[in-house]
Amino acid sequence: MSGKSVLKQIDWFSVLLYFLLVGIGWLNIYSSTFSENNPSMFDFGQLYGKQLLFIGVSVVAIIVILALEANFYERFSGLLYIIALLLLLGLFVFGKTIAGATSWYNMGFFNLQPSEFAKVATALAMAKYLSDIQTDIKRRKDQLYAFLIILIPALLIIPQPDPGSALVFFALIFVLFREGVPLFYLGIGLIAILIFITTLMFGTIWVGIFLALIIVLFLLLKRASFKVPVLPLISIFVLAVAFSLSVNFVFNSVFEQRHRDRFSLWLRLEKDPKKLEEIRKTIGYNTYQSEKAIESGGFFGKGFLEGTRTKGNFVPEQHTDYIFSTVGEEWGFLGTSAVIILFTILLLRLVHLAERQRGAFSRMYGYGVISILLIHYFINVGMVIGILPTIGIPLPFFSYGGSGLLFFTALLFIFLKLDVNRLNERF
Amino acid sequence: MKKFLLSSIIVIIGITFIGRLSYLQIFSFSPNQVFEDPAIKAIYDYPERGYIYDRNGELMVANQPAYDVMVIPREVKPLDTLEFCGLLGIDKEILIKKLNKARRYSPRLPSVLVHQLSKEDYASLQEKMRKYKGFYIQKRSLRYYTTNSGANVLGYISEVNEGDLAKNPYYVAGELTGRTGIEKQYEEILRGRKGVKYIQKDRFNRDIGPYKNGILDTLPEQGKEIRVTLDKILQEYGEKLMHGKRGGIVAIEPSSGEILALISGPSYDPALLVGRERSKNYSELHYDSISRPTWDRSILAEPSPGSPFKTLNALVALQEGVISEQTTIRCYNGFYVGNKKRGCHCGGGLRNMNSGIFKSCNAYFAGTFRKIYDKYSTTDEGMDVWEKHMKSFGLGQFLGYDLPTGRPGRIPNKAYYDRVYGDNRWSSSFIISNSIGQGEVATTPIQLANMTAAIANRGHYFTPHIIKKVNEDDITIPEFTDPKYTTIDKQHFDPVIKGMANVYKKGTARWLQVKGIEIAGKTGTVENYTKIDGERTQLTDHSVFVAFAPVDNPEIAIAVYIENGYYGSRYAGHIASLLIEKYLKGEITRKDLEKRMLEKSLEHEYAKPYSGEPFKINEYVW
Repeated sequence: MSGKSVLKQIDWFSVLLYFLLVGIGWLNIYSSTFSENNPSMFDFGQLYGKQLLFIGVSVVAIIVILALEANFYERFSGLLYIIALLLLLGLFVFGKTIAGATSWYNMGFFNLQPSEFAKVATALAMAKYLSDIQTDIKRRKDQLYAFLIILIPALLIIPQPDPGSALVFFALIFVLFREGVPLFYLGIGLIAILIFITTLMFGTIWVGIFLALIIVLFLLLKRASFKVPVLPLISIFVLAVAFSLSVNFVFNSVFEQRHRDRFSLWLRLEKDPKKLEEIRKTIGYNTYQSEKAIESGGFFGKGFLEGTRTKGNFVPEQHTDYIFSTVGEEWGFLGTSAVIILFTILLLRLVHLAERQRGAFSRMYGYGVISILLIHYFINVGMVIGILPTIGIPLPFFSYGGSGLLFFTALLFIFLKLDVNRLNERF
Repeated sequence: MKKFLLSSIIVIIGITFIGRLSYLQIFSFSPNQVFEDPAIKAIYDYPERGYIYDRNGELMVANQPAYDVMVIPREVKPLDTLEFCGLLGIDKEILIKKLNKARRYSPRLPSVLVHQLSKEDYASLQEKMRKYKGFYIQKRSLRYYTTNSGANVLGYISEVNEGDLAKNPYYVAGELTGRTGIEKQYEEILRGRKGVKYIQKDRFNRDIGPYKNGILDTLPEQGKEIRVTLDKILQEYGEKLMHGKRGGIVAIEPSSGEILALISGPSYDPALLVGRERSKNYSELHYDSISRPTWDRSILAEPSPGSPFKTLNALVALQEGVISEQTTIRCYNGFYVGNKKRGCHCGGGLRNMNSGIFKSCNAYFAGTFRKIYDKYSTTDEGMDVWEKHMKSFGLGQFLGYDLPTGRPGRIPNKAYYDRVYGDNRWSSSFIISNSIGQGEVATTPIQLANMTAAIANRGHYFTPHIIKKVNEDDITIPEFTDPKYTTIDKQHFDPVIKGMANVYKKGTARWLQVKGIEIAGKTGTVENYTKIDGERTQLTDHSVFVAFAPVDNPEIAIAVYIENGYYGSRYAGHIASLLIEKYLKGEITRKDLEKRMLEKSLEHEYAKPYSGEPFKINEYVW
């Protein structure tokens, strides 16, 4: 396929959204790392200069990705996955430690974070495995294998320690659901999360009472002909209450204080204003500062380079995980909602693209891309605006970081390349 | 179906996020955040407070530098407390206590550790200061007085309290504001306007440059100096004469209403409320509930005016046409109210207006007072007319002068008596005491002085005021520069003034004449009572005197009120006469008179009610 047809057939809408996000992201990185002494935009000694360089590298990567044969990715997905696992393993020996986490290789000019690469590789491997003719997703065994593909890199990343990045891999479960794993699992998962949260907020007794009420309501509203499954109902109830009790146990005995504090901050469990203040100054400091910075932006924002809290570095890690707070402070509600809308449109567009794929591999990979982008965006923004607990993962295309930008770009553009090629795909 | 699951999740997340963001950025947002923003620190540049000069351009109040030791608790590093305490001159316990207090207030904001170091302490501390991290010395400007008098009228400045902060958004904790007197009245003129510089801070509270390149910053606006109407020399001299005496003196320039002196005794050195000993001194002054030095008697005391009030009754009677200058009334060493006799010390005999005034005949004025009321068919009507005349002299109401405190005094009217005695259960005999300035009439010394000025002007007065110039510009405040007319016609004043002049020539103050100055005056001796163990007990009379001089072209009108000074010419008369001489001639010729006033104290008189023993009042020997 000639380069010309790639330019003709590529989904320019997605490309446009990508560059918008990267561009806006860079402006905010510039603002949050800018210093009056060094006003040059192209100073590569500064973080914003470096990021500009990474953007350049990413553009080169885009060209390479689009130039390669589309079936390269499918063919080499297994190999890439193995390389990724090896790189993750290698960290235990050669890894460079930054801020307590051994997640990087020192490449001289920049630090490579293999977990970012592993996200792309795992998404490819997952798609490859599921699209294989011999794989039947309805089979328990194949479900388990698919799950293992996710689990292995996650297990290698957790001890870095980087539980946030590990969590991201589980987003790929969405692909399984799309491809036929019953939603029943998802339902159970959601109910478990619900019981977990309500137990922490209201206690086991209320959760039990509430469940009992639902069952009673169910019995009252059932059709006359419906035979009541007495035993299953009772066992569900007992299981749920037992789970609720175990939540209490885990929360109080297994979790460390810092974990408990995160949850109590997130769920607003702490009512004592003194302790709340204490938590805000310690474990909740980032979230508190980030919320305050966003709030202080108001509707119109303070203006580019005018964010006082951004300038004063009040929000720690603002150029990386908390970059969205810069948007909030300097561009206000107009800016934040615009970014949210851009992400929403991009993700919806990608769903549309995935659904129009003829090949199973492309479609599944597309879903993998969406899952990974969505979970990053959901957890990151949720954390920065204070509705989710603190989990340190970057905002795709936005946050400062070479590996992150490069592999998010690769993740997206491999899919766009597959999309260009969709007409040639086998059924 | 599954196709839409992911899309719906994406949309729901988007809506949730936008909802949360609108809560944060639209509903929680408050536009005043510049002032709460921890990233912005306002640094204030305080202009120097304006100086206060007297009417002749003599400096009364200036400024002096003072040095506070400040602390920012979280920047404090371990230190040699022993040496540090030695330098500061405080105990270790106090240092620790103050540090804890500062930390409780705020770990990152500065608190005052030691107020107002002396210059010597400052010099020795300054060079060693950099050894102590978290501490620094802040220069402040304090008041400096070139006079030891006028404490109450000048007023003092002190740190703003929470009430001030809530009332006026201009102030920030730790700033100073005028608390009483002129300092309070002209606070905004004197203080100027502080400049502000907004500094961008980082989260470690370090300066990282100006906020918005300083476009919100303002330059300080210099405080203006003011020239007040007081005469420093007269004020100081009057306070000296008040030695050992309680009371108030007010001197006014009749032709302008300018207050020449506003003296309250006992007073205190205004410098007491400046510097390190300030709070201790303040407590001592404030809690002295017996002599009450911070209570400005010249504008707050409301005794009965006594006999000077007779001059007004004479004027009202003339205006109402119920007597003429020649009308005579016989004094039987007193007069009768019903069949009860009230005494008079004038010597008895036939009295006309002139001798009625200079001999201060009670019977003559009781009769005159009755005539005013008899003109009208009902007491109520007579009373309304009388009240209207009295109020036109500025009595029974706030005068409207430019000082932050004051009292209205009292001109009793129908409503008042109805309240006290019950509706219509009183008659003219109840109110006869008002004819001689006793009874329910009450006036502050400044009202008496103003009334005297109105007589001196033959029928009008200018609202007394204390401000003369702001910077070098004369005031143009109509309330102070436009005359207020009394309800008495001009021609009625001369007979009364003749009587008042005779007070000096051959009346109750004849031994107080000043050679070369014709003075018109009126003595007053005011009966007064206190409660001792719940029992109404009479005390030595208050000595009251009003005067103006020269008679033909008055330059000064004065009212003197001395608590328990006995008869009018004794203390009040002496002091009035000395002050008039001082003001008009610049020096005192009657050294014996002056010596007596400088030395005589009334402390023994003030001690009587607290002695717990029976005591004599109105003793002739002195």
